[in-house]
Amino acid sequence: MSHKVIVPIGPYHPLQEEPEFFQLYVEGEKVVDIDIIIGYNHRGIEKLAEAKHYDQVAFLVERICGICSSSHPNAYVLAVEDILGGEFNMVPERALFIRTIIDELQRIHSHLLWLGLAGHFIGYNTVWMWAWKYREPVLDMFEMITGNRNNYAMFKVGGVRRDIKAEDIPIVKKALDELMPALDLFRGAVMDDPVIQARLKGIGILTKQQAIDWCVVGPTARASGLSMDVRRDEPYGAIDRVDWNVIVEQEGDVFAKTVVRILEMYESVRIIRQCLDKIPSGQIDADVKEIPPGEGIGRVEAPRGECFHYIKSDGTNRPVRHKIRAPSFMNVASNKVAAVGGTISDATITLAAVDPCYCCTERVAVINKSDNAKVMNGWDLIKLSQEKTKQLKDEIARKGI
Amino acid sequence: MIRTLFTYIVFPGFLFSAVVGLLAGWIDRKVTARIHWRVGPPWHQNFTDILKLLGKETIVPPGRKVTFLGAPYIGLLGAVCVAGMVGRVLFTGQDGFAGDLIVILYLLTLPAISLIIGASASRNPLASIGGSREIKLVLAYELPFIISVVAISLKTQGTLQLSHLLGFQGEAGSHIASISGILAFCVALLCMQAKLGFVPFDASEAEQEIMGGVLIEYSGLPLAIFKLTKAILLATLPLLLTVLFLGKDTSPLFVVLKFVGIITLFVLIKNTNPRVRIDQSIRFFWGPMTVVALAALGLAIVGL
Repeated sequence: MSHKVIVPIGPYHPLQEEPEFFQLYVEGEKVVDIDIIIGYNHRGIEKLAEAKHYDQVAFLVERICGICSSSHPNAYVLAVEDILGGEFNMVPERALFIRTIIDELQRIHSHLLWLGLAGHFIGYNTVWMWAWKYREPVLDMFEMITGNRNNYAMFKVGGVRRDIKAEDIPIVKKALDELMPALDLFRGAVMDDPVIQARLKGIGILTKQQAIDWCVVGPTARASGLSMDVRRDEPYGAIDRVDWNVIVEQEGDVFAKTVVRILEMYESVRIIRQCLDKIPSGQIDADVKEIPPGEGIGRVEAPRGECFHYIKSDGTNRPVRHKIRAPSFMNVASNKVAAVGGTISDATITLAAVDPCYCCTERVAVINKSDNAKVMNGWDLIKLSQEKTKQLKDEIARKGI
Repeated sequence: MIRTLFTYIVFPGFLFSAVVGLLAGWIDRKVTARIHWRVGPPWHQNFTDILKLLGKETIVPPGRKVTFLGAPYIGLLGAVCVAGMVGRVLFTGQDGFAGDLIVILYLLTLPAISLIIGASASRNPLASIGGSREIKLVLAYELPFIISVVAISLKTQGTLQLSHLLGFQGEAGSHIASISGILAFCVALLCMQAKLGFVPFDASEAEQEIMGGVLIEYSGLPLAIFKLTKAILLATLPLLLTVLFLGKDTSPLFVVLKFVGIITLFVLIKNTNPRVRIDQSIRFFWGPMTVVALAALGLAIVGL
């Protein structure tokens, strides 16, 4: 059985409908190796951000990903506020609570979305449809609070754009109460179903050491026994005013990743309820005028893990450098160890179990067509760009324009 | 001669079972949709799908053209023959011939074999993975299915003729009313689920893993033939189960009720389970299912 076959998944994923390319090297049913190729969807957002002023960039980074569309602006405003002296020193108390509420609502909707997709991946379409049905009320809450189901446009440097109205709070609480039976349903349906356990337990294992070696983040890391959560390690928003737990599982298989996400939804509901109870009255926005020169970073625990933004300011109204690192960029690579050794059926769900979000992740690489070797990395491209600029300048100087 | 042709081509063979199967397929889709909180398609959706496929271009991969295009018809022929043989015993009260049960068991493997041949001829790696899964699945479910049929045959004084099975149950009551009958019925039902390629035993098509697997290279008319074969099986297999296990009352109303009941069981199993891996399917059929089938056989021998 040394007959190796390549099973392609992509370049356009048949289920996730996102551009990526996994090449599974298969002997019979067994996956012996895997090539992960991303970079089909480079949009140049970091470069675009350098051409927009600070208020506009929040809207831009919101469009990196439709699912974590509050994590990216949240990390971005944290980075800018880092330059201004820290979130807690300048953002009004009420805005901190609103930020946390939006962030946790987003986590619930993202985890429900993943749960549905995971069900679809193992051919359990009932879980898929039900998870997405119960995700609708969460999106309705978003629509009520922010005016949008996705891309909430809530975050701005120094606060939030919209207040949560007092009359909306009981409606949100009621919707959360109605969500709880659905969460119980999924916990029962997934965690107690013997067939699901047979499909998910013991496959796609990422051991604790492998999780450390491959630098995975978020639920992927927490399912492998790594207790890491930016919300606890470096609190932002109102997360340190409320009582909640970091969910950690030890097994590192797909089932553990599912359990972590399901239990995290309960924690998110707990956080939102406490925030709604404790939310103080007052301003929602500090009036920010100038961004001084300096550097700042923002770290946010997105539903998929740590989302990192770096901003360098030179005192003008535009960032001179904006660097983004999305969590999927770290997690997708770990499939190199998690998916190899299983069968094709296991690989399909293992690849999806890190909750990959390719849109967040895209980076450019230049590949030699004949032997598929990478001929240019990011630094080479910067040099290329500098040479081109220099060449253009020389030409302009010669022509005397 | 003309009567035989009519039996196999019009009623209860090809035309009748195709129409019933496509309608049953609609029940499947509609009930599934309602379970999913969706609306579901209109009743004629499956007919429209087949018609649309007939109008589509047939793309043939390079290689074994004749085998590739011929494979679907082998399966269709097998399914139509079974539909005719089961239907004429059940609906027209004809006698059939001695040992037609064995012929049916043979013919029922033809649709799976046609899928395997077609998939291998397409030379697509995904199709070959699907084909190898289909082979494993056939090997897995045939053993417990045959044992459960043997159990039923033993309960009916060892007859291998459908009409005798029906006649015996008409007098002594349905086989499902006994312990061995229930056990054998459960085994046969799950084997039929696998024969139909429904979740949890649809690993050979697994759209999420191998993108349709055995059917990946098929389009147009050959694909329509495969779909039609599956529809005919969906019409025939519940009727076969009815003859084998629920043979007491064969008035049209009761046959329809039994038919819809078995379809509902298929749909419920399909919608409350994830797809199992192919190795898990084999372990399931050769392990617990074979044990249950053997238990049914033992109980049938002692007369329970």
